[in-house]
Amino acid sequence: MDLFEYQARDMFEKHGVPVLAGATADTPEEALAAAQEIGQRSGGVTVVKAQVKTGGRGKAGGVKVARSAEEARAAAEQILGMDIKGHTVHRVMIAQGAQIAEEYYFSVLLDRTNRSLLAMCSVEGGMDIEQLAVERPEALARVEVDANTGIDEAKAREIVERAGFDAETGAKIVPVLQQLWAVYRDEDATLVEVNPLVKTEAGDIVALDGKVTLDANADFRQAHHAELEDKASTDPLEAQAKELGLNYVKLDGNVGIIGNGAGLVMSTLDVVAYAGEDHTGGAAKPANFLDIGGGASAEVMANGLHVILGDDQVKSVFVNVFGGITSCDAVANGIVKALEILGDEENKPLVVRLDGNNVEEGRRILAEANHPLVFIEETMDGAARRAAELAAAN
Amino acid sequence: MAIFLNSDSRVIVQGMTGSEGMKHTQRMLTSGTAVVGGVNPRKAGTTVDFENGVQVPVFGTVAEAMEATGANVSVVFVPPKFAKDAVVEAVDAAMPLLVVITEGIAVRDTAEFYAYSRDKGTTRIIGPNCPGLISPGQSNAGIIPADIAGPGRIGLVSKSGTLTYQMMYELREIGFSTAVGIGGDPVIGTTHIDCLEAFESDPETAAIVMIGEIGGDAEERAAAYIQEHVTKPVVGYVAGFTAPEGKTMGHAGAIVSGSSGTAAAKKEALEAAGVKVGKTPSETARLMREVIETLA
Repeated sequence: MDLFEYQARDMFEKHGVPVLAGATADTPEEALAAAQEIGQRSGGVTVVKAQVKTGGRGKAGGVKVARSAEEARAAAEQILGMDIKGHTVHRVMIAQGAQIAEEYYFSVLLDRTNRSLLAMCSVEGGMDIEQLAVERPEALARVEVDANTGIDEAKAREIVERAGFDAETGAKIVPVLQQLWAVYRDEDATLVEVNPLVKTEAGDIVALDGKVTLDANADFRQAHHAELEDKASTDPLEAQAKELGLNYVKLDGNVGIIGNGAGLVMSTLDVVAYAGEDHTGGAAKPANFLDIGGGASAEVMANGLHVILGDDQVKSVFVNVFGGITSCDAVANGIVKALEILGDEENKPLVVRLDGNNVEEGRRILAEANHPLVFIEETMDGAARRAAELAAAN
Repeated sequence: MAIFLNSDSRVIVQGMTGSEGMKHTQRMLTSGTAVVGGVNPRKAGTTVDFENGVQVPVFGTVAEAMEATGANVSVVFVPPKFAKDAVVEAVDAAMPLLVVITEGIAVRDTAEFYAYSRDKGTTRIIGPNCPGLISPGQSNAGIIPADIAGPGRIGLVSKSGTLTYQMMYELREIGFSTAVGIGGDPVIGTTHIDCLEAFESDPETAAIVMIGEIGGDAEERAAAYIQEHVTKPVVGYVAGFTAPEGKTMGHAGAIVSGSSGTAAAKKEALEAAGVKVGKTPSETARLMREVIETLA
């Protein structure tokens, strides 16, 4: 999960990282009130920043300096509702103004390639770091961080030295990097990025903008992360699926997909997309990703179908199950019971492809149930074509 | 021969007495695997009964189990929050092969135990979030159904469990030397490259199927490795062409970030390395059958 900037700011503050005062506002009036309060610290000057989970806010006009609370109100009015790369701005952060002397860059992240952690740091911050990495790679220090020892004082010194800070500035940054490491470790992050990390005219080091990505697999020890979820912009079907404990991603096609195992389901989406292109002129496309796991019990199957059939765009459903640990007869019985549970709700054609252990018995059970909307196909490719054609025809 | 796992493998199960551990220990035993012990400090000294009168002793620690049974493989079924401790214990005992089935381990824990095991240098970890590996007819360490396919000349390495089963099923008439599910997490102990290297030097393996999916750059690096080091024919498959950017597709590691980790880039890299890449699982299986025919 990616955090909004204001959430990252609050998390930084909690771990002792120096940040500026900031408050959120969902309306221009709230922005006015917040700017009156926060502006007192910085001679009336505040910065109004769009809260969207994408880069390039500045260029899009989503960040404005306000010289007075009234200017902050007007800026908020402009920014709220703005579309930035497909993200609508519902909230702004009113941040204390700062006298910036220099801008730097720092991040620590999971390095999948090296199966380790990586810190990146530069004395040239503020700009797009991917651009800097390409154009001037020598300006970006890349330092491996051991997952077990992390960024201790020695590692922080190594990072600032490699980045080329002068001794005085470097000495001020070392403790900040250790505090940012505490954010990374203690919050189970996979990315903590500060761009820019600034030195103010007064010589203080401040994290001016932050990006944090959290690991969902750590929720068992990070109960408070649930509060950081952006429920308002979560797709309602995805929210419903999550409540049912299902692994569902909404796409915008018309062939609903259920399968067992993440890899097989991803593959199913691809095969349906190809079938849609080859046999329906692109009229049929996958509507979702839904992995119901190995068991494929009647209840899980019914819940999965319930979520998929709640998507009005869905015109047909493809159930693609490989009977491995659970044999196909059990899966077929699960499907039959799921159809009983759903009753009249199941009103779209359902193409079922079963393969694997005890497949003949599984197909026999489905054939015997003789549900008017269930079509049995023997191969994944054939079933994808059938589901695509049914979706295109409906 | 096969890779990593063979008829000499002696397997213990960490988390054997839990429901998943019990179910899959029985399945491993049924498929002829030498399961010689379980580990649970609270049940040390007891034995667990399985079908056909088989009794498996429970030990307090991995080290005790190794000492008493000569175990050289451990399969981990413990829940995510305890998985790191279980792995560290096995690494401390210098267990040669450690298969971590557990799904949902926090990546910080995996990064920590991977770094720990790399520093110790005595344990090969497979997984986490994987189905394990099988050398049909010899041994089965994990949850891959043993009756899908028998022994044969194909080596298989895959990030995905069900695509492993699917591919084994499609190629069951040829059979497999070893099939390894390396797992779908962002950090895993054994990579495609590790398996390609092992298959290349395994005389029982004639050709290799490599299954990848979106996320990271493991497939691209495997492609570069194939070009340099693999002389045996490799057939590939990549899942996730239709996955949207920024969404995790079931596996914690299956995510396209910005423009990196796409299926198209992986397919392109593999093809550039001379790997035939199937558009669908069945086409991939067909390509492999053609390869095997040319070898025969």
